[in-house]
Amino acid sequence: MIPGVDGFIYPNEVELQWGLLIVLYPYITGLVAGAFILASLERVFKVEAVRPTYRLALLTALAFLLVAPLPLQLHLGHPERSLEMYLTPHRSSAMAMFGFVYLWYLMVVLLLEIWLEYRADIVHLAQTTTGWRRLVYKLLTLGSENVSPEARQIDDKVSYIVTVIGVPSAFLLHGYVGFIFGSIKANPWWSSPLMPIVFLFSAMVSGIAAVLVLYMAFMKVKKMPIDMGCLDTIAKYLFYTFVIDFSLEMLDLLQRTYEADESFRTLDFMVHTRLWGSQVILQICVGTLVPLALLAANQLWRFSESRRKAMYLAASLLTMMGIFAMRWNVVIGGQLFSKSFLGYTTYKVGFAAREGLLSAIGLMALPFIIVVVLVKLLPPWAEGKASENVAG
Amino acid sequence: MDLSRRDIFKIGGKLLLLASAGATLDEILGAAPPSEAYRMADHWWGMIIDIDKCIGCGSCVRACSQENQVPAGYFRTWVERYQVEEGKQPVVDSPNGAMDGFPPSKRTDLKSFFVPKLCNHCASSPCVQVCPVGATFVSPDGVVLVDETYCIGCRYCVQACPYGCRYLHPQKHTVDKCTLCYHRITKGLTTACCENCPTGARQLVDFKNPKDPVHEFLRNNKVEVLKPYMATGAKVYYKDLDGAVR
Repeated sequence: MIPGVDGFIYPNEVELQWGLLIVLYPYITGLVAGAFILASLERVFKVEAVRPTYRLALLTALAFLLVAPLPLQLHLGHPERSLEMYLTPHRSSAMAMFGFVYLWYLMVVLLLEIWLEYRADIVHLAQTTTGWRRLVYKLLTLGSENVSPEARQIDDKVSYIVTVIGVPSAFLLHGYVGFIFGSIKANPWWSSPLMPIVFLFSAMVSGIAAVLVLYMAFMKVKKMPIDMGCLDTIAKYLFYTFVIDFSLEMLDLLQRTYEADESFRTLDFMVHTRLWGSQVILQICVGTLVPLALLAANQLWRFSESRRKAMYLAASLLTMMGIFAMRWNVVIGGQLFSKSFLGYTTYKVGFAAREGLLSAIGLMALPFIIVVVLVKLLPPWAEGKASENVAG
Repeated sequence: MDLSRRDIFKIGGKLLLLASAGATLDEILGAAPPSEAYRMADHWWGMIIDIDKCIGCGSCVRACSQENQVPAGYFRTWVERYQVEEGKQPVVDSPNGAMDGFPPSKRTDLKSFFVPKLCNHCASSPCVQVCPVGATFVSPDGVVLVDETYCIGCRYCVQACPYGCRYLHPQKHTVDKCTLCYHRITKGLTTACCENCPTGARQLVDFKNPKDPVHEFLRNNKVEVLKPYMATGAKVYYKDLDGAVR
């Protein structure tokens, strides 16, 4: 008997090929897409209430997007060959498209939109700061220092167009990540046309929750008042998207249970044993039902401000944990059972290994550090005025 | 490998000369090319397996392992033993891929048989489809190969293979799999596993050769490929494959 293996698995299946870092990959890209879609609420759908988080959401999306390729890079057997994906992409491969989807999103959507949004501020900062900061801002102006009302109007128009392109791009980015898994017909746990849609909605859920947490944290650190109208609105959107996300996942589960095809016994057994803790307890109960109940309660009753804050914060943190568990269950769960449907293997996370826990913690901390730097460099709020943008 | 300056000049000079003459990298580096008479377009390789003939001795697994220096714990080919009791889930084992055969079964009242497995060298291979850089490909003579100088080690192909035939080589960090002993078959030899099978349970076949016994085999027997619903165009045909086999 091989330790950690129950029943029969094909002999090459003992080792899991995609570990913790590949769990982080859809999680991080999900946060990018979710944060961007929250930002676009203000820009495209004119939800003025979320204005205080507009810039923060953009910076959050950028911070996570910059980190998104790192877990993949660390995972590769030959990271030095990763450029081949750009230079000689294999056109029939879903994975080969990552580089292009990523670059499109980073260069055409996110950087452009952030630059346009901050352009007037950057010009102002380039004129008012000194030393190396001045140099940085000077560089960031890209030589364009015209901030006349007419020029700003053009900025606004272009920025609107970029966001309009950005929304489907965000959908594309994360829907695409779902497709990477959903299109693998060899794996019944992954193979589902619902996968891209489920990934997309769970991305929105986690991204919105992340921005809400970051907004509250920054306000606390900067000792600025939280705009409750904004918080209530974000919580409302979080609730709606979460309801859709959860419904889709339950639809998937119902369909699988009702169809009960040849893989069902195996997958059902897996959910009741190896995935019980991470799927049923963490993902569904603690990470979905509890935050949904907290958010739903706020739609039904009016709580005091401090209670609302506490409930929103708890709901958001649990949501982020729940979506992480969902990524875990998809990526790891999809490799715990044998494609022979006759046995199971086990996954143990290494600690200091290249793809171990330490790397994962480092990679997860990195975007938060980047966000702090970005917020320092490009302040989303005028100091002391939480509810308004600098340029707003 | 220690290279002197002289060696470097020699290799460099060779590269320049031969590359300009249109030689492939393998030819330049001195790997033995396929025999002169071998034309890829004339072949379409596959395998036929007669389950009733397999005795589970594991000779094929050992031969493959030696011939291809397969790292310990990984398998380009392996043999499974099925023990099927009416109305129950089949009991399957493959201790160390059957490298040392099988321990005797404790029960004699079961339907029991051996199933050799290897890459199915699918014509519409999902592993080839998903490779982001095209490092894995179907050769013109129908063999699914991995270019280990090109593979980035993402392992998407391992996920995409429905049969569990691929693994990440622990030293090379690239994906490895059965090559159908490409270095042998292009010289007119058979694969190591077929050569060493004492009962002739496995036979290399060439679908493009009108005289190959495969045509008669397919005409006269009830054959099936593994997981036919996967529609991968598998080219390893099993005679009298039991429904219990996954």
